[in-house]
Amino acid sequence: MTRAAWIMMLITWAVIIYFTARFFLMVLTKSDEPPGENG
Amino acid sequence: MARTKERWGTRVGLVLAMAGNAVGLGNFLRFPAQAAQNGGGAFVIPYLVSFILMGVPLLWVEWAIGRYGGQYGHHSTPGMFDRMGRGRWLKYVGVFGIFTNLTVAAYYCYIESWTLAYVWHSLVGTFARTDPAAFFPRYLGMDERSLFALPWEAAFWFVLTLTLNVWILSRGLAKGIELAAKIGMPLLILFGIVLAIRGLTLTTGDVKVVQSPLDGLNFVWNPNLDGLKNPSTWLAAAGQIFFTLSVGMGSIHCYAAYVNREKDIALNAASAGWMNEFVEVVLGGSILIPIATAYMGLGFVQSATAGGSGFSIGFMTLPTLFNNWGWFAPLAGAMWFGLLFFAGITSSLAMGQPVMAFLEDEYKVSRVPAALAFGIGTLLLGGWCVWLYPGGAFDEFDYWTGTFSLVVFALCEAIIFAFIFGMKRGWEEITRGADMKVPGIFRHVIKYVTPLFLVAIFIASVFKPQADWGAAFYSLFTRGYWELAPDSVVGKIFHIGQDSYGWFDAAGCATRELVIDLTRLLLTVLFIGICVMVWKAFRGRPKEPAA
Repeated sequence: MTRAAWIMMLITWAVIIYFTARFFLMVLTKSDEPPGENG
Repeated sequence: MARTKERWGTRVGLVLAMAGNAVGLGNFLRFPAQAAQNGGGAFVIPYLVSFILMGVPLLWVEWAIGRYGGQYGHHSTPGMFDRMGRGRWLKYVGVFGIFTNLTVAAYYCYIESWTLAYVWHSLVGTFARTDPAAFFPRYLGMDERSLFALPWEAAFWFVLTLTLNVWILSRGLAKGIELAAKIGMPLLILFGIVLAIRGLTLTTGDVKVVQSPLDGLNFVWNPNLDGLKNPSTWLAAAGQIFFTLSVGMGSIHCYAAYVNREKDIALNAASAGWMNEFVEVVLGGSILIPIATAYMGLGFVQSATAGGSGFSIGFMTLPTLFNNWGWFAPLAGAMWFGLLFFAGITSSLAMGQPVMAFLEDEYKVSRVPAALAFGIGTLLLGGWCVWLYPGGAFDEFDYWTGTFSLVVFALCEAIIFAFIFGMKRGWEEITRGADMKVPGIFRHVIKYVTPLFLVAIFIASVFKPQADWGAAFYSLFTRGYWELAPDSVVGKIFHIGQDSYGWFDAAGCATRELVIDLTRLLLTVLFIGICVMVWKAFRGRPKEPAA
């Protein structure tokens, strides 16, 4: 793989893994009760 | 008959179900090919820009419309849109949210059934004895020159898949859809990680490996920055984001309608959206092309993905390549098609629920008969796709319902949300109960930028040129000529690119055009039929004031 391909891939992966993990962890830590019913 | 109130069991279950709705076969078969053909690593720049400026805002809009409609007992889009403004016509925009789900489910469940069948055939070793490239057309009944097919095995797996869908849907949200997502999503990710690691660790010293899989990864990620100047790259990226998130279908609205009005939607939507991106970019980009490159060489992969899809590699090439993995071959095949199956079923369940919710809310049908009605409707429409697959019925369903309808509906909902429902109420709806800070800039993005993205995708689909967009604009400005592609909306309607057009050939036999036009007629009648059902359901009801 070229250096540019490695850089693009690793930066993109890092961004995506960071936000995926961050938001999912926030969901897990705030999951004390069900999202409830509506209507 | 008293109806049990539906509800999500857990917040994690809701997020996994929403992520499962978004994660589909395209994450593994379409994304890597699209990236490789549109600038490689440079593709992810417009891709992520589109995700932030169009994808995430649309997710928030759809979650907000859904939770808002749910407050008034509407879990499908006709009722939701009816509550969003004064116009009585608004509920008919919501018809797309029923029509699209029913029609896409019809052919999507058929593809889903192929993956289930391929899990079985992988486990019993069929692909060790039979060339998958020969097996695939035979399985679909396309081994004879005919417009019609009656593939008994494919029909069996289709009915089995539909039965499974109906059974899960009939168990309700928490015990059916949510449980399926809690089992399917982790397994999908696990299978994806195992296959990616196995594929990327192949070396040229391994049996039959002709090239490093990293060359395939390089094909996906090597940035061609010139591609950023080409409008085609931006449109391809925006289109990929649009279709990967399952927006414009009505299924996100439906799932969100079961969330309490005081509970978060902003974080849930962001989490589900980013999870889809993880599966698509990190896993989806690391399996298909690297493994195919290792065994077939980069030249083969470049030509097989030239059309922007990895479908043929996924179904016709990979099963053979797994045979090189010794004892692990049947398991690898089962994992590959298993992850495609889980990606498929978590999406098809999301298509069933809005149809059921419409029958339950507006016609007071109870859950099990509603699930059966969805199953029968899907069987009949899917049967048309199975029977007339060689004649092009399947492709017509995919184009008009799985592509164009989504764009039209998303564009309508973005405009209605921003300009009829109003951004003040819309923003309040998105941020109420939010467990994350939604940046204020998105208020303006939702109002102006997201609709512009959708207008661009809409125009691009209607007037798609034969050449790439840069060349087409050059031709327009220098020669005043715009050559439409046969797969543009205008091109499809007017059968552009066909030498002759007729329903019967010289021998009096039916032609593909007859099948295509009958399929379009069927879809039009179905759309009108759903409009009539909405009209009947709301007839005599006083117009509910927008709160």
